[in-house]
Amino acid sequence: MNIRITLDGKEIETTAGTLLVDVAADNGVYIPTLCYQRGKPCLGTCRACSVRVNGNVMASCTVPVAEGMTVEVDAADLNDMRKALVELLFAEGNHNCPSCEKSGRCELQAVGYEVGMLVSRFPYRFPPRTREHVAKYIWLERDRCIFCQRCVEFVRDHETGRKIFTIDDRGTHASIEIDVALADRMPPEQVREAAELCPVGCIIAKGVGYDKPIGQRKFEVKSIRERTLERSRK
Amino acid sequence: MSRKLVIDPVTRIEGHGKVTVILDDDNRVMDAKLHVVEFRGFEKFIQGHPYWEAPMLMQRICGICFVSHHLCGAKALDDIVGVGHASGMRILPAAEKIRRLGHYGQQLQSHTTAYFYLIVPEMLFGMDAPPEQRNVLGLVEANPGLVKRVVALRKWGQEVIKTVFGKRMHGISSVPGGVNKHLSIEERDRLLKGGDDLLSVDQVIEYALEGLELFYDFHEKHRKEVDSFAEVPALNLSLVDEEGNVDYYHGKMRIVDKNKSVIAEFDYHDYLEHFAEATEEWSYMKFPYLKALGREAGSVRVGPLGRVNVTRSYGENTPLAKAALERFHDYTDGKANDMTLHTNWARAIEILHSAELIKELLNDPALQEESLTLTPPESAWTGEGIGVVEAPRGTLLHHYRANREGNVTFANLVVATTQNNTVMNRTVRSVADKYLDGKAEITEGMMNAIEVGIRAYDPCLSCATHAMGQMPLVISVYDTDGRLIDERGR
Repeated sequence: MNIRITLDGKEIETTAGTLLVDVAADNGVYIPTLCYQRGKPCLGTCRACSVRVNGNVMASCTVPVAEGMTVEVDAADLNDMRKALVELLFAEGNHNCPSCEKSGRCELQAVGYEVGMLVSRFPYRFPPRTREHVAKYIWLERDRCIFCQRCVEFVRDHETGRKIFTIDDRGTHASIEIDVALADRMPPEQVREAAELCPVGCIIAKGVGYDKPIGQRKFEVKSIRERTLERSRK
Repeated sequence: MSRKLVIDPVTRIEGHGKVTVILDDDNRVMDAKLHVVEFRGFEKFIQGHPYWEAPMLMQRICGICFVSHHLCGAKALDDIVGVGHASGMRILPAAEKIRRLGHYGQQLQSHTTAYFYLIVPEMLFGMDAPPEQRNVLGLVEANPGLVKRVVALRKWGQEVIKTVFGKRMHGISSVPGGVNKHLSIEERDRLLKGGDDLLSVDQVIEYALEGLELFYDFHEKHRKEVDSFAEVPALNLSLVDEEGNVDYYHGKMRIVDKNKSVIAEFDYHDYLEHFAEATEEWSYMKFPYLKALGREAGSVRVGPLGRVNVTRSYGENTPLAKAALERFHDYTDGKANDMTLHTNWARAIEILHSAELIKELLNDPALQEESLTLTPPESAWTGEGIGVVEAPRGTLLHHYRANREGNVTFANLVVATTQNNTVMNRTVRSVADKYLDGKAEITEGMMNAIEVGIRAYDPCLSCATHAMGQMPLVISVYDTDGRLIDERGR
């Protein structure tokens, strides 16, 4: 059913029930996302896509559009809020872009650029996190995990459908874990997909880092904004 | 009452060090030491990281010779994955040539920085010149044309680095078993022919020759002072090719004495069998020496002077550098040269040598090849690797171990400045003896002479152990009870 909503002061026509983040992208308005991927169920974990809907702030990946909805994306307080959310993600983990093999392909880094983050306003926690390198093909660099839960929900054992990744514990004690027995029977293509799925450099395929030269890496060739809007136009 | 003079920090070097000179009641030099007062700890915090990350992380130890650390780490990884020492394999020739191109580019850039920005000011203005003149800004005022050419020369070296590694600093090219990128025809032609304010390679060679002429002029005018300044004995170490001449990227370690007799020659994987490292409580930097000869006789000099002392001749592919090296060797009748300030002569020769080597490589179609990486079978895994290259400052070694899960479990760096530790201390003592001994008043120029001696080695104390610090010179005078009785700063 066609409906009309107002997006940043502009009235647009769209289809009822479509996720707001997709409607925005289809109409040329970029909203940063870290956990959400178009075409996959929403996770709502990162909140980087927060916008104001009818006066209330909410994650746009969780909101199906409805008739008469008024949406604000580009407002000074919202822009700063999204920036602060990204800064919090950087401050919460141990992110060292210069030597990280995901640099140039990392969605957190790319979104950091998009929201204009130069430095975190929040003190860095420097949490002590151990790396997990027992699995045969996958290295888990927990320092970089932002707990988006993409891997938890979307990487499953092909045979049993069981989850390969899980999050243990809660709050500051939360930790991404890997079922090594299941992980060790992941085919190479699934390993690559898992590494690609991870928005940061937490899940990495062993022994193949830095294969793309600087200047030819994903977001150096085309920014995350261009990719989001371009994909939406197709 | 004896006095202790302190130069802290030593200026126009990479990193942070200080010098103390102890004078007795008659102002005779009792002792002189170069202390390295930094600590970094890269060898520790790489542990637990994935092995393929090591060359990317470890190169960040230095903002000057990061390419050397990157390549050294890459060579160690070649060993670890089975494309190296144990398997008797080498990376593909095209990949090695691309690594060499970046390596020579960095040598040209680094030597240009050290020679023109840090050392030439003393050559032009003298050691006694006022500090405000004795720097690159003084050069700009005195000879703006020269500085413009130097900036262009250094920029060209930086562009070689950027072309190979993707960035002017801390880029990425080498991966285990090869490199991740070739040179396009456009990239090659830009470096060969220049354009957009970039020199051509022939202009680079011309400017490098001009730099060498600068030393010849300086030497001609100050021959006695230059030749007698800190002539200190040491063995000379360099990586060499099969003919026994320097190979900046790969080869055996060769050590020669004053007569250029080969004292030792061995595969660099056997370094630890031949060398031990002494420690002193007054410095974080160790003192390597050849075990067979002991600490006093077995200390080596590395870097430009060490390399040109080991090398008998450059190849026909670098005719201008070859001729320059012959002139250098003739000056000491073919014997090894122990004159510290001749390190700058050697450095100027190596700028020229690098430029000619780069020109040859740029004309090699192998740089455009697509196949650049070897992927060895899992059975080739060794879990341990050693990489050695001739960094601008001398022989650099990285040694890593990784377990089968891919986790770095051990790392050891032996950097060029560490190799030079003993000979730098000998230099400090020699300069102190000559310039300070018996003098009632210690002048700014005298203290600077000590720094000139150290600076000739272009030491990178940051790599040798390690911190950024403010760079004003402070000279403190202590009495025998350690009380500060005088201090002056600049």
